[in-house]
Amino acid sequence: MITKVKIDPITRIEGHLAIEAVIDDGVVKEAKSAGTLFRGFEIILQGRDPRDANRLTQRICGVCPTAHATASALCLDDAFGLTDKIPDNPKLIRALVFGSNFLQSHILHFYHLAALDYVDAVGAVGDTAPFVPRYEGDYRITGEANAELVNHYVMALDIRRKCQEMLAIFGGKMPHNVGIVPGGVTEKPTEDKITNFLWRLNEVRDFVDNTYIPDVLTVAKTYDDYFAIGVGCRRLLAYGGFDLPAGQLFKTGVISPDLQLEPFAKENITEDVKHSWYADAVSGKNPAQGQTEPQLKKKEAYSFLKSPRYEGQVCEVGPLARMVSNYVQGDAITKELVDSVLGEFSAGVDALYSVLGRHAARAVEAKLVANAMVDWLLALKPDEPAITESEIPEKSEGAGLAEAPRGAVGHWITIKDKKIERYQVITPTAWNASPKDDKDQPGAVEQAIIGTKVKDKDNPFELVRIVRAFDPCLACSVHLLDAKGSELGVFRVV
Amino acid sequence: MATKKYPVIWLQGAGCTGCSVSVLNAVSPKIQNLLLDEMVPGHQLNLLFHATIMAGQGEPVIEVLKDTEKSRKGGYILVVEGAIPTAESGAYGSIGEKDGKHYTILKSVEELGSNSLLTLAIGTCATFGGIPAAKPNPTGCKGVKEVFTENGISTPVVNLPGCPLHPDWFVGTISVILFSGAQALDLDNLARPKLFYGQMIHENCPRRADFDKGKFAQELGDTGCLYKLGCKGHYTNADCPIRQWNNGISWCVKAGSPCLACVEPEFPDGTSPMYEKIAFQELT
Repeated sequence: MITKVKIDPITRIEGHLAIEAVIDDGVVKEAKSAGTLFRGFEIILQGRDPRDANRLTQRICGVCPTAHATASALCLDDAFGLTDKIPDNPKLIRALVFGSNFLQSHILHFYHLAALDYVDAVGAVGDTAPFVPRYEGDYRITGEANAELVNHYVMALDIRRKCQEMLAIFGGKMPHNVGIVPGGVTEKPTEDKITNFLWRLNEVRDFVDNTYIPDVLTVAKTYDDYFAIGVGCRRLLAYGGFDLPAGQLFKTGVISPDLQLEPFAKENITEDVKHSWYADAVSGKNPAQGQTEPQLKKKEAYSFLKSPRYEGQVCEVGPLARMVSNYVQGDAITKELVDSVLGEFSAGVDALYSVLGRHAARAVEAKLVANAMVDWLLALKPDEPAITESEIPEKSEGAGLAEAPRGAVGHWITIKDKKIERYQVITPTAWNASPKDDKDQPGAVEQAIIGTKVKDKDNPFELVRIVRAFDPCLACSVHLLDAKGSELGVFRVV
Repeated sequence: MATKKYPVIWLQGAGCTGCSVSVLNAVSPKIQNLLLDEMVPGHQLNLLFHATIMAGQGEPVIEVLKDTEKSRKGGYILVVEGAIPTAESGAYGSIGEKDGKHYTILKSVEELGSNSLLTLAIGTCATFGGIPAAKPNPTGCKGVKEVFTENGISTPVVNLPGCPLHPDWFVGTISVILFSGAQALDLDNLARPKLFYGQMIHENCPRRADFDKGKFAQELGDTGCLYKLGCKGHYTNADCPIRQWNNGISWCVKAGSPCLACVEPEFPDGTSPMYEKIAFQELT
């Protein structure tokens, strides 16, 4: 029997997403992932002072604004000719601000966005909103273990808040920090701030090591069938990130389904719009040349997201991609962390391509980032500069690629007459939650859903667990347009 | 004494979830106290709908909206975060599927707003349109009050702008409502509680002495008043210098960044370029 399951809205994610699955004889045959909000950020950026892009693009997403602060700062550094002139202090401070956001985002994701699919909050605190309504029938952790996880849900609220407070030491405030700017950061580090930051970081590290990672393992041991659910496209992409004097924390690379490392060049990125609410006029072009226009009444369209592809291929981005990329490239610390988790399950790297694999990769990554932050913090030099002077060029171009908590993020700018002529953003969730492309290849989340057995179509736990494991961020994704001309005229696609 | 529960529906429009994340940063009470405890003795919030937090998804949560609107008509608080896209009849944003159709942000705010006791517009997007409504405003974004006025909705609106809003501004406003009733809120001409938006940044700025002495920062990172680097604190009404952010750690000017005037209706068009000075406004 064929039935259609539509989940709209998908909650406990950032933003507005709907999922539709066609189920035949209990197995998903077809899946659609649809972004349901469009704001038009790049249209709004046109004609503005380039420096303002650094403030405005943060407001794309309140969960990880520092991802856009970082990518836009790198993009403007490039356009202003500053890339090689940024002193070490601001590089490190930017990384500390961004790293703090990684920790808050990963902890928030596991406990407050994903955990309610596995942990029985009602069993611990009673039948009360916002814990009801919910799907019923597959909460496998009971008694004290369950009560402890619910306690950790509450404890994690404090820890994620403290990550934001730690971030504010160098970032001024959060969400939407003011510290990261083109050319560097706004303040020199001082010894008192370094110590203050260090002890906050120690508390977060303690939580990651002794609560977060063990809790992910507890969930994984109870739901171990989810190591075989939600495999996905198996082609992974990492732009690389945290490029610091001591080395690159996240290594750049494209990883093929058979774990071969392939080189990455940003020129090979294209975006399709056949199934998006934008006109087909030009599709499949590199960000620099693409053009299109929004078209709300379009037969084959079902999403405000476009479909970014690398060499025409669907790629998954995020912690899974980064940890496998580091692993394949022989990063010793990553290998040790990943192997220690996989060892608990006598599993190989293949097990990472799954719902639980994505949660495990994210938890391991939190530890990797938190530990690296100690080194970055202690490398700060209080007497040395935090910013380099800059001037807006008459005419220029730039690109800023980074790794956000949810995966690869890229910003592109064209400056003319000292103003933004074109500004383009491709976000992690555009990669992961994109609709089908021009060749009708489903996006990464869609591929992860297709083939899944759904036990109870009225409580399709499998589908929401798969989707949430990707940590979608829709506010980030549904704005991939850049206007040429006025109002709803001709647009350029990223 | 029985606890009085106040049902709350929290809708997210064209925004970034930053105001939700900011409220998660509340310190005293903490977010867990807001969700699970009597926030003030005898009074408790009951958050029935919040897309980022609630356990449920899909049709059952849309049913919660339908049910609340009907069975608690005039008895719930609506919180709106994010602007309202009004172009193309609201087609640029929906919050879910209702009765087989996209339930647009516009329609949900109209329906749930007109039946609410009170609507809190939080963040600059929901109050004045904010960044989504910046030129050329591609999706016709508007703030809640404007949408209510255009549609003849008479529900009172309290505006709590900020990009994002400070968690204390939300928690403090709710406190006034729970202790003394919404009528006790003393609002300015933009419907902002004077308790939080009644003082100008410039009046309380720790760099005010530098301004008075004519000591101005010339580059980011310099000491001195940030006016020449674009600080808009001289016409921005908020208590950031006193309250500070993230549990009192810092705030924009303390971190060496000009105030962006993010609580004002002109943000961002009237306050840009952000790093260029604009004519000094007389204190009012």
